[in-house]
Amino acid sequence: MKTFWADLHVHTCLSPCGDDRMRPRAMVQQAKQKGLDLIAVCDHNASGNVEAVRQAGRGEGLAVIGGIEVTSEEEVHVLALFDEQQGLRDMQRLIDESLSGENNPDLFGEQLLCDERDAIVGQDTRLLIGATALRVEIVVDSIHHLGGLAIASHVDRESFSILSQLGFVPENLAIDAVEVSPRRSVAQVYAQRPELKAYPAVRSSDAHTLEQIGAVRTGFTAAAPSVRELHRALLGEGGRAVMN
Amino acid sequence: MNVSDLVQRAELAVKAGAGGLDAEVTGGYASDLLSAVMANAVEGNVWVTWHAHPNIVAVALLVKLSAIILVAGRQPEDETAEKAEQEGVPILVSSLPAFELVGRLHAMGVAGAT
Ligand SMILES: [Zn+2]
Ligand SMILES: [Zn+2]
Repeated sequence: MKTFWADLHVHTCLSPCGDDRMRPRAMVQQAKQKGLDLIAVCDHNASGNVEAVRQAGRGEGLAVIGGIEVTSEEEVHVLALFDEQQGLRDMQRLIDESLSGENNPDLFGEQLLCDERDAIVGQDTRLLIGATALRVEIVVDSIHHLGGLAIASHVDRESFSILSQLGFVPENLAIDAVEVSPRRSVAQVYAQRPELKAYPAVRSSDAHTLEQIGAVRTGFTAAAPSVRELHRALLGEGGRAVMN
Repeated sequence: MNVSDLVQRAELAVKAGAGGLDAEVTGGYASDLLSAVMANAVEGNVWVTWHAHPNIVAVALLVKLSAIILVAGRQPEDETAEKAEQEGVPILVSSLPAFELVGRLHAMGVAGAT
């Protein structure tokens, strides 16, 4: 067992709102400088840069989890984290089938695909800033069905969070954790919304620029820097634990 | 004006919660952020929204809204309609988009807080 320091929510230059410098090598370097062992790459409705960041991380000893920040029909953001490439691919397919529109880079920003050496290899032309036609319960159930972990993004934010969009966490929504943004502490959020204590919490940067990576982090003590082990740590299984 | 007056004058379809049609309408509130509705809507208001999720019924009960009006022909989800029926919260559907509906409601004397 070891303690892993993780930033479980970082964007890349694939997200329209992600900084142009959010490219694999640069991100990995920044994460290492901040003392992180693990990052999860979660672009809006997309996963096209996950492999490049993972490869960049491999040489540097940084574990990279593949994820997607899914936008539900109600415009709730949910992080979908996967150990298996197949799970991530299938989740992406589901999103692709239920997301419509084409990006306008002048209005929303460019959506750059990179290789592991930070070179641009293409653009994603879909309207990634848009909402899928998937209701939030379907998003969460699909993530679980495909073997992933579902975390409600930035629950303390006034937009695009489960609380802003739907007022409270629906009873039958099986999220594995809630994410607190850098602006608040977990204790503050639990104090403000005691019903959230029913869910374990993580604190992540939601970085859109290099400087933001690792601005806050979550530590978890487990056997490996994986989604499965993170899940067990969230549940407190077998001596595993999460620290915020 | 009560909810059933509004149903007739604004040509709304009653999808659930007909038991609450006698409630008095005190004004209106429009938002798709349920957190904003909980914070700002006033008892007896009708709420104009695009959301069809079951949580809208709970929010309506919490604020004691007189009715929920779904815009642009949006239909309540089954669970939403069931809950609304049980609780007597009218769910009304307008074929109009939100801006147009709110304009008409306002012209009928349904005002928001200022
Ligand atoms: Zn987000
Ligand atoms: Zn994000």
